[in-house]
Amino acid sequence: MFRFLIRRILLAVLTLFAISVVAFGLFFAVPADPATTMCARGCDQVTKDQIHARLHLDDPIYVQYFDYMKGIFVGREYGAGDWKRDCPAPCLGFSFRTDEPVMDIVKRSLPITVSIAIGAWIFELLIGVTAGVFAALRRGTVFDKLAISLSLVGAAMPVFFFAAILLYVFVFGTGILPFPEYVPISKNPLAWAGAFILPWLSLALINAANHSRLGRAQMLETLSEDFIRTARAKGLRKSKVSLRHALRAAINPIVTMAGLSLGGLLGGAVITESVFGMQGLGMQTVTAARELNMPLVMATVLIATVFIVVANIVVDVAYAALDPRVRLS
Amino acid sequence: MSGTMEPMVTETAGPGVAVMAEIPEAEARKFVGLSPGKLAWRRLKRDKVAFWSFVTVVVMFVVAYGAPLISLLYGKDYTTMNSDLLDAYGRPLGYLNGVSGEHWLGIQIGTGRDVFMQMIYGMRTSMTISFVSAVGAIFFGVVVGIIAGYFGGWIDAIISWFIDFMLSFPFLIFAMAAVPIFANVVVGEAKEVPGWINASFLIMVFLIFGWTGTARLVRGQVIGLREREFVEAARASGAGPMHIIFRQLLPNVWAPILVSFSMAVPAFIAAEAALSFLGIGVLEPTPDLGRLVGQAVATMQLDGMWMYLLVTGGAVFLLVLAFNLFGDALRDALDPKSSR
Repeated sequence: MFRFLIRRILLAVLTLFAISVVAFGLFFAVPADPATTMCARGCDQVTKDQIHARLHLDDPIYVQYFDYMKGIFVGREYGAGDWKRDCPAPCLGFSFRTDEPVMDIVKRSLPITVSIAIGAWIFELLIGVTAGVFAALRRGTVFDKLAISLSLVGAAMPVFFFAAILLYVFVFGTGILPFPEYVPISKNPLAWAGAFILPWLSLALINAANHSRLGRAQMLETLSEDFIRTARAKGLRKSKVSLRHALRAAINPIVTMAGLSLGGLLGGAVITESVFGMQGLGMQTVTAARELNMPLVMATVLIATVFIVVANIVVDVAYAALDPRVRLS
Repeated sequence: MSGTMEPMVTETAGPGVAVMAEIPEAEARKFVGLSPGKLAWRRLKRDKVAFWSFVTVVVMFVVAYGAPLISLLYGKDYTTMNSDLLDAYGRPLGYLNGVSGEHWLGIQIGTGRDVFMQMIYGMRTSMTISFVSAVGAIFFGVVVGIIAGYFGGWIDAIISWFIDFMLSFPFLIFAMAAVPIFANVVVGEAKEVPGWINASFLIMVFLIFGWTGTARLVRGQVIGLREREFVEAARASGAGPMHIIFRQLLPNVWAPILVSFSMAVPAFIAAEAALSFLGIGVLEPTPDLGRLVGQAVATMQLDGMWMYLLVTGGAVFLLVLAFNLFGDALRDALDPKSSR
């Protein structure tokens, strides 16, 4: 177990490193001169040279990459001479547009994305897995058919359309809810939940489709296995057979999908953010990419990658913890 | 799935062979001499969902690619800006979003262009992008999957790691970042980005990220088939790797490839719509469905504009739903274990 974990983490670090190199190469080496981006009205060569010196843009690209990585782990200093700025430990550089430290922007927008992702994830698992398991246990009934049809609809429904429908029905059409406005959870948990209820529902109801499809299929498969018949023949109660025996054996693929789903949500709740006008990490990326604001783009890509890679490790470990048949080595 | 496939080793082995398998005995006796392809076709024809989703897909194709013809009959095109039908704030006059006998689905807010025309031309854009991407991604995936599965060893190890690596990329965020940046690099800063450039960047991004699923699938299938007797027999009679791959292995993985193609198309349609919705995919003046929904969402709080949202969003939904359902039905029909 321990050795597996170490190897898995090393592989993840290697993946992260490779992705950071690719992203850095693409975003910093290829595009147009940031100095031109920074002075929108055009500035003379002297100013451009100053910008270059401050951001160390004239260094070779591998030196720039090394400095960037060093900045994340131990912090770094930008500029030289009388224009000098300190950028402490998790340093992600400065915004090309506003000169604000990228870390501050991340600190501001990450809680929004995390709030959306975690809430939506909990709801989608509750709704999806429950619906899938019950549909399998009551195969062929009205409930089963309803669950199947709804999951087909959910799988085809674009998030932006569904979120917009919810927004229209609950906010613009009937006025049941006010337009969502972000409130930190530390300030007012109730207002926080109120602001996120629509984003949660729009993501959860759609993603639940995948979980319920998978949950149903997995449950049907295990329910037809011999050990279930044995358990029934022993005279165990039906609820015990279906939950203790069947669900436990069926849970692994469900956990896999749940983990990947959380990673995806943290990295890509951007459409929901856009519909509800929330300045989360995803929306920051959209704006930054349009404005060619590379440090911010680079930071969001890295953060999203970390989420996905960590989610993958957690899934692998959960595999072993949940399924006695799996031996990690 | 691969375990039940009964390969027939003949020189004429066609795609149909892939589904030659455990046909229930009664059925096998009833349809003696029926090729597996015909069997699948029979199952498909009997499936009502398959029939109706196929009809929908065909209708959408005809509408999308017959858009210029429809435009001629309908008497409107997708570029004319009917500014006389807008009020001073650029909002459509009249009922809902300007729905009338002239403009069946209303006109666009701001520009006054006909929504119906924008929609069907937009459908053409997204279907073209998705189809080209799906063909390319599946082709690439099949090639990589076969190489990894057939040669095994260190080649397989490297390819498998690379697939894992690709799957760790945050696809949406990365696509969002890459498309505008590269469009800018190619076109330069001051100028407008022509529509086809963004479209080809979208296709490129879909190609780069879209092949991994197929590659994994094909790799697994090929590993299952590689050691089977018919491959060994071919090898023993002196067949080279090319013959084994194309004549022996490929016909047997044809069915899952077809299914993953039919699943890739709606996935790309949805992804393309999502990127365009965010204003990153296909840009003006090329018409696009996702961008129409984006405009509809931005203006939906205005009176009567729900119609615009419903029509454009509903079109994306229907498109994806029809392709999804047809893909499901195709998979069921091609599945040798299927009893239907």
